[in-house]
Amino acid sequence: MPGSSIKRIVSHGLGWVAAAAWVWLQSDLAHAGGLSDTGLQWPGWQELLRVLTLSDYNTRVVIVGTALLGLAAGLSGTFLILRKRALLSDTLSHATLPGIALAFILMTVFFGDGKSLIGLIAGAAVFAVLGTGSVLLIERYSRLKDDAALGVVLSVYFGLGIAIMGIATRMETGNSAGLTSFIYGKTASMLLSDALLIAVTAFVAALLCLLFFKEFSLVCFDADFALTQGWPVARLDFFMMSLVVVVTVVGLQAVGLILVVALLIIPPSTARFWSRRLSVMLALSAGFGALSGMLGAAISALMANLPAGAVIVMTASSLFFFSLVFGTNGGLLQMVLDRWRLGKKVMHENLLRELYEWQEITAQQSGAAADAARIDGPRLEELLPRRSWSVHGLQKGLRQLIRKGWLRLSAEDRYFFTPDGFLQARAVVRKHRLWEAYLIAYADTAPGQVDWGADTIEHVIDERIIAELEAGLPDWTPKAVPESPHELIRIGV
Amino acid sequence: MEWTFIDSWIIVTGILSAMSCALLGNYLVLRRMSMMGDAISHAVLPGLAIAFLISGSRDSLPMLVGAVGVGVLTAVLIQAIGKLSGLDQGASMGVIFTTLFALGLILIRQAADHVDLDPGCVLYGAIELTPLDVYTLFGWEIPRAAVTNGIMLLVNVLFVVFFFKELRITSFDPALATTMGFSAGLMHYVLMALVAATTIAAFESVGSILVIAMLIVPAATAHLLTDRLVAMLVISLVVAALAAVLGHVGAITIPAWIGFRDTSTAGMMAVAVGVLFLAAFLFAPRHGIIGRMVAQGLLTLRVNRDDILGMLYRVQELAGQRSLAVKTDDLRKALLTGGWVNLALADLLRTRKVRRTPEGVVLTESGLSSAANLIRSHRLWESYLCGQMGFCDAEAHYSAHQLEHVTDEAMQERLKSAANYPTLDPHRKAIP
Repeated sequence: MPGSSIKRIVSHGLGWVAAAAWVWLQSDLAHAGGLSDTGLQWPGWQELLRVLTLSDYNTRVVIVGTALLGLAAGLSGTFLILRKRALLSDTLSHATLPGIALAFILMTVFFGDGKSLIGLIAGAAVFAVLGTGSVLLIERYSRLKDDAALGVVLSVYFGLGIAIMGIATRMETGNSAGLTSFIYGKTASMLLSDALLIAVTAFVAALLCLLFFKEFSLVCFDADFALTQGWPVARLDFFMMSLVVVVTVVGLQAVGLILVVALLIIPPSTARFWSRRLSVMLALSAGFGALSGMLGAAISALMANLPAGAVIVMTASSLFFFSLVFGTNGGLLQMVLDRWRLGKKVMHENLLRELYEWQEITAQQSGAAADAARIDGPRLEELLPRRSWSVHGLQKGLRQLIRKGWLRLSAEDRYFFTPDGFLQARAVVRKHRLWEAYLIAYADTAPGQVDWGADTIEHVIDERIIAELEAGLPDWTPKAVPESPHELIRIGV
Repeated sequence: MEWTFIDSWIIVTGILSAMSCALLGNYLVLRRMSMMGDAISHAVLPGLAIAFLISGSRDSLPMLVGAVGVGVLTAVLIQAIGKLSGLDQGASMGVIFTTLFALGLILIRQAADHVDLDPGCVLYGAIELTPLDVYTLFGWEIPRAAVTNGIMLLVNVLFVVFFFKELRITSFDPALATTMGFSAGLMHYVLMALVAATTIAAFESVGSILVIAMLIVPAATAHLLTDRLVAMLVISLVVAALAAVLGHVGAITIPAWIGFRDTSTAGMMAVAVGVLFLAAFLFAPRHGIIGRMVAQGLLTLRVNRDDILGMLYRVQELAGQRSLAVKTDDLRKALLTGGWVNLALADLLRTRKVRRTPEGVVLTESGLSSAANLIRSHRLWESYLCGQMGFCDAEAHYSAHQLEHVTDEAMQERLKSAANYPTLDPHRKAIP
């Protein structure tokens, strides 16, 4: 579509879009014409400053509350991810709905007021535990796998919740409005009491992570080993999951169902791109969680019409995708760089070995002893057919080696080793032939076949493996470069 | 409560959407991707919005295309993230669907001030209202939702029928499928596209949460009841239809017991299918808890029956006289079980293998031949274990004691020939 219309769509279209989705769902209710003034309103500096300095009471409560929730969820979610139970949080949070609705009805019937936060949270917690128990029962006593168990419990409990909620909303006493905030959250209208509850939860979660750090990491990384060491793995596991239940339940009424799931899953997944150490992962995950909560809440406070919960999720997943690309532990960019560096190293080592073997062959063919000074180095065209390399790649590799000071180019366009380069080449050839000797001695490979095997592995052999190889080959002269066990490709053939 | 044409149409719509979900759900459950249904049904939300952004119309077709596009995109993203980052499937699913759902919420919320918009409708659905919006077809007034879901069911049935072989191979053995030249990946994405389309078709009538319930639960129930794919497909369809009927009936009757008019039909349909699942979980003949317990109990009963017969036979043999009575208490003490002996004795009396006399119980003619058969198995095994395998100490007796319950005629013949037709067992007892 033309560029000029994009801006119009951004400012006007979003309203249309959502309206359309709704209208389609309702299938008739088309007065979309009145939507043209919908759009994002960019905040002024004044407003930006007010939000950033937390000078507004409501904003302060919301930002602090969501940041602390992000922290608590980041901590407990790390264990969820490491135990490969990410989607348990999804099931668990859906399973709380019947508990909330039931607690509401019971409290309304017996006390007249169904909106006591503690009562609702207790109901939610009971059903979260029931749901988790049901998942475990189904996995244990039927042929269904974890995915089906999670799906069955999620949908049936949620359906039950909606059915009970249906009754709750038809009750004459007790105001059921606001119960749905457990599903969608009411982030922007968070109360001080909510924020305090979250603060307590976050504090407890952090404390437990510190106290049980050793036990939790043992269960996360090697449950079987922990079991053989006499640790109560099942109880510790249950304890970890209880932490998740508490965070979920507390987070539900503050920010809604999907957001809790997102906060439990996304920050720990993000932290994994930066470290493999549990302590660092926990700290990073808590940090990412808190940052997403804070930024998300701030952005939604600054701009009208952006629901806080959804913006927090989008912030968390932006961090995720950033880390997916730039992370230092398995990030995409790092993977590409590593691959590029390895490619370069392979190119250089291949070149060095080719040139070294060129010297050996010319010495052999001329019948003279290898005397580096008197032998003609190869030209580019002579080097080209000896391996399947491109002209461009070969030129680049040779240029790089010259820049490194390992090669020099003579006046007749021939390539020679510098003394430094010769030593480097010796080391590479030695690694290659060491591996060849090993293959012949231990892997019963025919001498004619070993070149290919050694060709790929020589680039990744380090000092330790060289020492081991030398120890395993008794008739190997230390430091020397032996002759090739197979015939080298002759020059000019 | 009065049954009206509205109730009939609600049930018809419910059945159609439940069945179209359940049919595809079988393959999700078999591929261990049940939560994919959950992920896709949340993730299509922005698909609806973007479809409208591009097409500018609110027809069903662009919406369908948008949903299918985002559905496939979700599947691709989940696979890609999993592969690129090394996260497990659950985590990458969690990251992707929550992100897309949040995006959808933001897009929809932009208009919340101007239209009466409640994302809850997407979750709960409004099946109670569907009969009010009708198409007129051949003079019949048919709810739009029934038509949409009916078409979707037809598409899904055709897909499953035409690609039955491909679906089966790619579901059970993707590696084999690839070597046979079927693309497991293509099948995966086609399936995901259909799941997304089905989700969208069912959305307006039953809501996304019921879509997930109907995708997973009927198939899971059927999986507990049968080992055959065709049977599983059929059972899941029946379960889905049954759940739709029971759900609506439940929604308008159960609340009445406690003084309310009705409750959410979609919610009750999910509850109904959950109850059916629970029934299968408990009572399925082979994979249910109680089914397995009954099978276990029958086996124990048979073993006890055999043991009583064996004991009576041996007592007679020792005493050297026929029809020697043994007291029930002695049997119980010897076999170290109480209740099972009573049950087994009752069963033996019923089948006239033993009869009661004032001194105790005695083998009848038919009981004697059954007992002789059992003792034959026992002693043949002992002879075989001792003679052929050099396994002669007391443990050979225990092995024989276990094996005797599962040895049939053919096995006896084999044992006889393998042990060179013995007449006496290692303890010098005659083999009957």
